[in-house]
Amino acid sequence: MALDRWIALIFVVLCCIYAYAAFFTMDDLLPPFMQRNPIWPSTFPKVLAVMGILAGLVVLLGLEKPDPTAADRTPDIDYRRLTDYKLGQALTLLAAMVAYALLLRPIGFLAATVLFLSAGAMILGERKLYILIPVAALATGIVWYLVQEVLGIFLSPYPAFL
Amino acid sequence: MLEGLLIGLSTALSPINLMMVVGGCLIGTFIGMLPGLGPMSIIAIMIPVAITLGDPTAALILLAGVYYGAIFGGSTSSILLNAPGVAGTVATSFDGYPMAKRGEAGKALTIAAVASFAGGTIGAILLMIFAPALSSVALLFHSAEYFALMVVGLSAIAAFAGTGQVGKALMMTLLGLIMATVGEGALFNMPRFTMGMMDLQSGFSFITLAMAMFALPEAMFLVLKPRRADTPDDKGGDGKITGLRFSRAEGRAILPVIGRQSVQGFFIGVLPGAGATIASFLGYAVERNIASAEEQKEFGKGSVKGLAAPETANNAACTGSFVPLLTLGIPGSGTTAILLGALIALNVTPGPRLMVDAPEVFWAVIVSMYIGNLVLLILNLPLIPYIAKILSIPRAYLIPFILFFTLMGSYIGQNNSTELLILVGFGVCATILRFADYPLAPLLIGFILGRMLEDNFSRSMQLYDGISFVWERPMTLALLVLALLLVLLPSYRAKRARDRQRGVADGD
Repeated sequence: MALDRWIALIFVVLCCIYAYAAFFTMDDLLPPFMQRNPIWPSTFPKVLAVMGILAGLVVLLGLEKPDPTAADRTPDIDYRRLTDYKLGQALTLLAAMVAYALLLRPIGFLAATVLFLSAGAMILGERKLYILIPVAALATGIVWYLVQEVLGIFLSPYPAFL
Repeated sequence: MLEGLLIGLSTALSPINLMMVVGGCLIGTFIGMLPGLGPMSIIAIMIPVAITLGDPTAALILLAGVYYGAIFGGSTSSILLNAPGVAGTVATSFDGYPMAKRGEAGKALTIAAVASFAGGTIGAILLMIFAPALSSVALLFHSAEYFALMVVGLSAIAAFAGTGQVGKALMMTLLGLIMATVGEGALFNMPRFTMGMMDLQSGFSFITLAMAMFALPEAMFLVLKPRRADTPDDKGGDGKITGLRFSRAEGRAILPVIGRQSVQGFFIGVLPGAGATIASFLGYAVERNIASAEEQKEFGKGSVKGLAAPETANNAACTGSFVPLLTLGIPGSGTTAILLGALIALNVTPGPRLMVDAPEVFWAVIVSMYIGNLVLLILNLPLIPYIAKILSIPRAYLIPFILFFTLMGSYIGQNNSTELLILVGFGVCATILRFADYPLAPLLIGFILGRMLEDNFSRSMQLYDGISFVWERPMTLALLVLALLLVLLPSYRAKRARDRQRGVADGD
């Protein structure tokens, strides 16, 4: 089964869970005075759930045949040969983003950002640390100044223990 | 109209707003030039900045400037490197890049800038004529019609924006609508589908979603497949952009092209789901078909007409796409959907009431379109050789910065690092969805329209004490039937095409 149909399957399952929540659990919490309303908080989700399951099934079962006259589009990346691309770099960068999210509060904006920018460039093959680290530090400083002073949004700059 | 223009002029010409236009155009050109970063990502990254400005007029002017700038920057990299930064400028590279290879990069850039300017300006004039008229009709609409109109908009987007697969696009639209129901709605004071998580109480943040749907997958694609490495010998005009002038004969040749394509592009832009990409390809095809046999041979080898056509059309279409946004409050493209989200965050609801309640916003945006186009022509064009230097920034520096700005964009709005985890999670999902060729714009448009769709649906249900508004109001019924037709039409056409093909194969 091709990737797009696996996604459709996941979507249908999600819609079923959503539908279960909308049809069977949401209305229990409804206060009695609202039950006389023609519209409940669950009304719209119920409609969406049913339509979602239908649309998902159309894709899952391949009911819609592609138009033969439509231009044959080859996507930029063929996911079946994902390992031919720089998958390792992409995954490491994603991990770096997660690490950034987790470190942002504990070690502060400045340290986390310098670390993230340097690590990112190193993942992509930059080795000249004597250029990289000053550039990262300068950029971090500028962004921090712009966000904090010009836009007036507080970013805790230092580690939490300071 | 004149009064409105004056209001617009006085608002748009204030120093701060002028700064916004100039700044927006420059930033847009700068980032739009980078292959892989489209206007949607750039606007998504700029939204936190725009929102903190606090003034909806300035914010919209800034974002519109970024939008034009991005399209213009995209044409620059199409011409210089044959690497379109934006899908709307792919057609520009057909003739622009051969011209640059011939050593006429400067001329090609000027023609692109003049064509963009003309397309954008004529588009703005048409917008000025059509938007108020459409808006006065839309004022007669009730919530039932609004509900139906949004359904039409969403189906049209699903029908046109997809890659010929309406089912997939519909699935994405519904996913967006479903995601919009998470959190506490305005109508009912109870949290829905939060699974008891505090972070979901106010629903998903639209900025995070926009970043995750557009900026992050584009960055991931750049990492996975370094595009610049694909074209090592393509040094079309690195730093040696000379001779910005074009001849009088060439000017005369492109004049009718500009006239035709600005009108055609504008109306394509008005249609939901079509937009700049389709307008530019169609513009190119039309001009090639009506050109004389001799000129036709030139197309694809550096024809000035072939360059002017898509450039005019895509800018006119960008302007056209503001019509449904400003008059009906319904975005017709991913980019205008992001603009709509930004406006809602600034407490402005675009729609027919906008011209009555906040005429200064409406007219200032239109006037700033003229100014923006002028800025692109007289300020950006001479700067292009310098701005093009950004293309020589090594990938190892560029990508971490793109990722960092994506992270910042969603962090600034919420000041919550859980938001960043949500961003990465959704970003991975969006990248996988793009692998499988699912269109992502319908998801975001569904998400942004979701709340409004439900509000209007609920209000009509309350007014009519049930679903009867669907058949009791003829206008609503007609619109809903139209929506159904829009969804079914592509499969019907595909079936007919298949039948015809089979017929040919059988020999009858």
